[in-house]
Formats: sequence, structure tokens, C-alpha cells
Amino acid sequence: MTPALDPPEHATAGPGRRPTPQTAREELWAAVRDRDEQAAAGVVFDLLDEGADPEQVLLDVIAKVQFRVGEEWAAGRMTVAAEHAATAIHDRIIAAMSHRAAPGRTAGAETAGAVAVACVDGEWHALPARILAEVLRLRGHRVDFLGAQVPTPHLVAHLHQTAPVAVALSSSIPTRLPAAHAAITAVQAIGVPVLVGGAAFGPGGRYAALLGADAWAPDARAAADTLARGVPRPVARAMRQTVDDLPHLVDQEFTLVSRSRAQLVKNTVAGLERRLPAMHAYTEAQRERTVEDIAHIVDFLATALYTDDAGLLTRFLDWTGDILEARGVPATVLDPGLAVLQEELKDFPRALDFLVEGRAVLDGRGSCPTIPSPGNEA
Amino acid sequence: MTTFEGASRQPRGLVRHVGASWMQAPYPALVADAAGGVVQANAAAARLFPGAVSGAWLDTAVPGWLADAHRRASDDGASARPVRGRHEDLTLEAHPTVGADGDIVWWLVDDTDRVLAETALQSERRRTAFLADASTQLLASLNVQRCMEVTVQLAAANLADAAMLVLPAAGRRHPLAVSVGGGPVRHSSARIDPAAVSGLAEALQGFPPVPSRWIDPATLPPWANPEGFDGPAGSVVVTPLPGHGVPAGALILLRRGDHAAFDASEEVFARIFAARAGAALSAARLYTEQAGITATLMVELLPPKLHQVQGVEFAGGYRASRDTERIGGDFYDVHPGAGPGQDTLAVLGDVCGKGLDAAVLTGKIRTTLQALLPMADDHRKLLQLLNGTLLTSRHARYATLVLASVRREGRLTRLRLTSGGHPRPLIVRRNGEVEEADTAGTLIGALPDVNARTAEIDLHPGEACLLYTDGITEARGGPLGDVLFGTRRLREALADCAGMPAEAIVERVQMLAGEWIGDRAHDDMAVVAISVPHSNHLTAVDGHTRGRYTA
Repeated sequence: MTPALDPPEHATAGPGRRPTPQTAREELWAAVRDRDEQAAAGVVFDLLDEGADPEQVLLDVIAKVQFRVGEEWAAGRMTVAAEHAATAIHDRIIAAMSHRAAPGRTAGAETAGAVAVACVDGEWHALPARILAEVLRLRGHRVDFLGAQVPTPHLVAHLHQTAPVAVALSSSIPTRLPAAHAAITAVQAIGVPVLVGGAAFGPGGRYAALLGADAWAPDARAAADTLARGVPRPVARAMRQTVDDLPHLVDQEFTLVSRSRAQLVKNTVAGLERRLPAMHAYTEAQRERTVEDIAHIVDFLATALYTDDAGLLTRFLDWTGDILEARGVPATVLDPGLAVLQEELKDFPRALDFLVEGRAVLDGRGSCPTIPSPGNEA
Repeated sequence: MTTFEGASRQPRGLVRHVGASWMQAPYPALVADAAGGVVQANAAAARLFPGAVSGAWLDTAVPGWLADAHRRASDDGASARPVRGRHEDLTLEAHPTVGADGDIVWWLVDDTDRVLAETALQSERRRTAFLADASTQLLASLNVQRCMEVTVQLAAANLADAAMLVLPAAGRRHPLAVSVGGGPVRHSSARIDPAAVSGLAEALQGFPPVPSRWIDPATLPPWANPEGFDGPAGSVVVTPLPGHGVPAGALILLRRGDHAAFDASEEVFARIFAARAGAALSAARLYTEQAGITATLMVELLPPKLHQVQGVEFAGGYRASRDTERIGGDFYDVHPGAGPGQDTLAVLGDVCGKGLDAAVLTGKIRTTLQALLPMADDHRKLLQLLNGTLLTSRHARYATLVLASVRREGRLTRLRLTSGGHPRPLIVRRNGEVEEADTAGTLIGALPDVNARTAEIDLHPGEACLLYTDGITEARGGPLGDVLFGTRRLREALADCAGMPAEAIVERVQMLAGEWIGDRAHDDMAVVAISVPHSNHLTAVDGHTRGRYTA
């Protein structure tokens, strides 16, 4: 939360009850928590009726509450279903906002260039991109919002047909970074610059430059500012291969780990069973959860190999540790899986280094969880 | 011509060392002493420098650069370096050999041809690099506007001071794009008379390649004099852009008065560039036309956008088996009832097969069902009629589908669900229990007769019904790579969905199935959720209400 973005109290506290972003956030949070769409919409539309700036409502109220929803889920205080319901309510309020704004558009709107906003293939969290699309619309861009999980061929076909001045690409899950890289490369190959955003691109957007994105923005406001300044078109290069951006991939560790993912998960589960006899008493559901956890670790390890950054794995382990501890499970349950993976991957020096760092992070965790969210969205 | 005093003087050390044969050497050579006087010049050198007679000063006999080089070489001694310079039309390379007595033999090599060849090679290399780069940029986009931009920008930056691209008329107007000095491109569309620019009309009509033409800049019409192109045009060339069989347009290249006119090789080069630009533009136009046709034909086949009807929420999600396609063999539709008391009919189905062929049949089924809507009260009859239509069609395919008639009665939402050989709909209760609707029937379009049993289900607020195709339950993947997603996982997922709005249910099911599949191959997948909102009042915001809504 960034209270600095809120205007001072006296600026909004007019005669009678005039909601501030702070009070509106509390009210909206209470409404979405109770799945009360009517009340939630009431909070937002009251604010707009009071003359609040729609961009501020989107970013300082809705996006902030959505962020809190993520935090509450991470802390184990909100179920997945409640999180989905809250997201759906936000999504529909945003849709209604854009319909409400449409007839009142001032002449001379859509003065800025056309922008396509899309989520990376395999990315289902569309709300941050949706909010960006609305902010850009408010700022006069013609926006094509392509939604969640856009397969790169669809994105490319759309760009050939519309030739926008830029593509804004959103991804929140780090394991989608290889897919994001493919999308960035494909879009740039047709001469369209790519602005990326979302938690997947790491703290400070460190993976954005690594994957050759033309720009990165920490939030929708910054993204709109960047697009307003203009992002130059990428220089078309005839041959750009993945290894041109990521020379470390020639060691094949990423390729081998991701190609043999299923086998690696199977072997690791088998190894765990040998190490931990208690696993034989697991219920089917417990077994499935364990297999899923191992699969996640392997996915993050593969992505760490792709980006050549151990931090990608260690941050995931740290975050998973928080999630587990919030649900009463010690983070150390992750350690045996890493130990078995070390045995499975003994011929992979980079992977081994990352696993050693991962185990060190689990080992060094304090006992009190901090519950961060996987990243700062929107 | 040669003046040689060898007979009257003792050959000096160096000359003696080199021997007499150098006098007849085909390459020019001359010997000068440390003071800068010519000692000897061989026949070839004498032809080159007639004044280089014995005793003459180098300064008067040879070009300045060589005399200067001689002074430097005398100072440097053995480490003297070769020099090069021009003499009349020639380029000469002079290599010094310094003798012990301070005399220097200058061996001269005429490398005029090599220099010319190198210059030509460099210029060709620049052009080839430019063309390669231009091709990369031109072929990058299949968008006509973008291709026009790249063409004029490259032309204005590399071939001329300003470039204007004129496309064949669309209707009565010609699309134009202009760039001055490779700067930002201005697009416009104007009613122009191509005949006003000599050669332009021919270029646009696709007459055999017109040679680039010299045009008197003074005769240019105002529209061909781009804004920002200050000063009078010094020279103008019109180059046709040959497309694939049809003219793709014409390029007008302008140079400022103080800039050199186009020479023959530059014109040829402009034509080569124009050919590439024309090919790229043609491809882009072809793609745009095809994409337009596809989009028009596909509109009816795309899954529709669903929304709420009489306070009941409908949401659908679709994923084609191939990522490159948007349509396939699964389909869904929601037909709102004609009046307030009328049932809303939702249908979701799966045609045997996938890809475009299957999609075409889904279109046919959807159209037939729409025509049969008045029969929707009797699901079995509707299925029978549809069955008859499919049996007589030329498609040898069958389909499975499920019908859901939805009626709102106060707080209750009554569903009539009928499966025609399709996976049974799942009902999500408020408490998280998931039930299968007890309906069954034969598939459609395979047998002459159709049997079907309808299930009647009541939904309370916060409850939902899910229609899905087997693409979801038969999705293979998971952490171990080869496991079916299965009905159990779907039911578990739905148990978490109690109280969720329809869109959220669809999204969750799609997301779980999508994550299960990962990057593996999969079948078409379609889901429709029918949900009754949690709260008592009608859903506040449906994304279609304008402005402020009322409850």
C-alpha cells in the first residue's frame, strides 16, 4: 500500500460524507469479502458520483483491494473460492465503469496510439492487465484488451491486423517467463515494441531486460506514463534466437530439466517415499498435494535455469514456506524434496547450485512468517 | 625517353646491390638520395614522371605526397612505411627500401583498379546490407499500413530526401504515406490525379515496368510536394512497386535542389528496393484480405459472449484444441426466452472431430437449434428434429449435446436438463456438494431414433450448474504428465466454487484444466456455467448496463 498516493484528508473531506480512497478501500474490502456485489459496486459508483478520478478509483481503490485479497489468501484467511469471487466482482465493476464512461467521452479522445494489452500464454490472472487497459483507455488510447492466457499465435495475428504502437504484456507467474520470452521475441519480430509488467518479471522488473523487453513498468500508472512518453520500435533483426538473449541456455540444463519434468517429478516422489516412510500412510489427496508441490519446485527450478537466477527458486521457496506456515505446516517439509532433486540432478552443475541455495534459504528461515504476496500486482 | 647515366657513373651501393634488371622491371621504381635528388628512375618510372631525371629534385619531379614521404623516410631510415597517393588518374602505392648510404629505392605499384574495385565493393556491400535490412523490416509485418511506413521511411532515409508511397485507389481515394528524411510517417487518403505526375498513372495501372523517369520538379502537383520538404525539389523519380502479379503502388522519390541527381546505378538500386517493398506490400494486402474474409466467415462460428438473463448468470469459456485456432468442434449458445415467462435455453455440445470441419458443423447445429427454439419446451422433440437434420446432412459426423432450459420462479431457478449422449451436467450446491444431473440420452446424428431423459433441478441462490465437454475431463497431463483430469478432479474443483458467480466458475475450471494440460496437446474444451447470484437482489452489474444501474 502506498498512502502517499492518496490526496490529503482535507482535499476530499467535503461537506457531509465524502469517501476518501482509504475509507472506500475499507468499504470495498468488506463488500467483496462478503461477496456482496451490490455493495461493492455501490462503493465504487458512489466515489465516481462524488467526482472521484476514475483512474484513481481503479488504481488506489480497486487494485489495492485486489492486492489485499491476494495477501489474505496467502495468509490463509481467505479461500480460493472467495478470492475468485472477489476478483469476479472487481472485474465486473471495472466493465461497468468502462460502459459508464463510454458515452461521456470527450471529443478528441483516443488521441494516443493504439495499444494491445494481453496476458502471457498460460497466465490466468487477467485483472492487472484489465486495470491497465482501462487506465490506458481513460488516458485516450485505443485499447485492444485480449484477456487472460493469450496464445502467442493469436497475439501475433492480432498485431498483423491492427499494428498498434505497443503491446503491454502482463504475467504474474514467474514460471511463465519462458512463454513471455517467446511472446516478446515474436512481437518484436514484427516491429512492435513490448512493455511488460507483473510480478513474474521479478523485483524491480529484473527479468524484463533479461528477456529483451523494450520497457518495464512497476504498475499501471507507470506503464501509462511510459507509453505516453513513447516506446521506440525495436530494431527488426532477421535472426534472433533464444540463446542470443540467454547464452547460458547452451548448457541444455533448462531444456533437459523441463523436457523430463514428468519423469523428474516421478523419480523425486519415489525418492521421497524411500526417505520418508511416513509417506506410505498418506491419503490419495495428501499424495497428490505432495506431487503438486514437487512439480512446482521443478517448474521454478527450470525457470531459475532459464533466467540463470537462483533468486527465482529461493524467493519461491521462501514464499511457499510462508504459505505453508500460515496453514500450520512447517516450511522445512520442502527440504527433503530438494535433497532428492539434488541426487536426481547430480550432473547439472547450475541446478545443483540453485538447489543448495534453496535449501540454505529454508534452513535460514526465521520461525515467524511474514506473509508477503508473490509480488506487487497491478 | 629514359635518361640514364649508368655508363658514366659508378653505380652506387644500393643500385649495384639491386642489380641492373630493375631498369627493365614492368613496375615503376626510382632511386633518390638523402638530399632529395633523383639518382635513377627506371623506364616505367620515367614514363610516369617525365621530369624524374638524374639530378632533378624530387619536389619538382614527383607529386608532393611522394616527395614528403621521401623526406620522412630519410629521417626514419629502415623503419620507413609505404605511402599511397594520387598521380593524375592513378592511385599509386609507394614502398621504400632504404639503403645503407641513405639512398632510397621507391617501388611504385599502380593500384588504381584495386581502389576502384574496393570502392565499388564497399558501396555494393552497403547496398546489400541495406537491402537485407530492408527485407527484414519489410517482411516483419503483414500489416499494410506498417509496410507503407517502413517503405517510405527506408526510402526517405537511404534513397532520397523525401519519399511518398502512392497505393492503387481504394474506391476513389489513393492511400498515401510520406516521410521526409526518414522521419515520422504521415498517412493520408486523397483524391488525386495520378496522371499529374509523369509515369505515376502507368506505375499504378500495372503496365510493364516503366523505367524510372526524370521529372521536372516544377511540374509536380502540390500534393506530391510533401509538407516539411523545404526548398524546391531538385530531382524526382517515380518507381513502380511491382506486387505479385498486380501493381502494389508507386514510390515517388524526391531530392533537394542542392543534392545530387539520381545516377543510373541509384535508379537501378531504387528499383530493386521497390521490388522488395512491392512484394512485402502485396503479401500484407493479401493477408489482410484473407484475414478479413476469415473473420467475416468466422463470426457465426465463434463462441458467443454470454451474460445474465432475468437475474440468472450465464458464462461460457472456450479453448480450441490448437492454439492457432479460435474455433473447433465444441460449441455453446444461450437463447434468452422471448418473454418474461419464457424459458432461456442454454446448449452446449461437441461435434465428433476437431478443427475447421467440425466447426462448420457446429455452425449448422447452432443455426438449426435457433430455428427450433419454439420447440424448446419439449427437449426430446427438439433433439429428434435436430437428429433428423443431421442424418440428412452431407456431414458424416455425429454430435453430443446437452440442453438446459432455465426459468426463474421467485427465489427458485428451475432447470430442465437433457443430455444427448453428453457428459451429465454437474450441480454445485450452496454447501459445496456436487451432484450429477440424472439425465441420459442417445447421441445426435447417428441413429434414426433418439431417446432422452430430462432431469429437473432447482437451484437456490448461490448455487450453480456446469455444462462441460469431455475435453475438460479427458485432458491428459498433471504433474506426472500422463494422468486424466477426470470427473473426480472436476467435482473437487467445483466443490470450491459454491457461491461463485458463473464467470468465476468458468474461469476456475478453465484455469485448472489449462494448468493440468500445461504445454501438452489437448482436445477442444467448452464450459458453460449457470449460476444464481448469492444475494437476494438482481445482480448489480452485468457489464452491459450503461451508467448507473438500479437494483
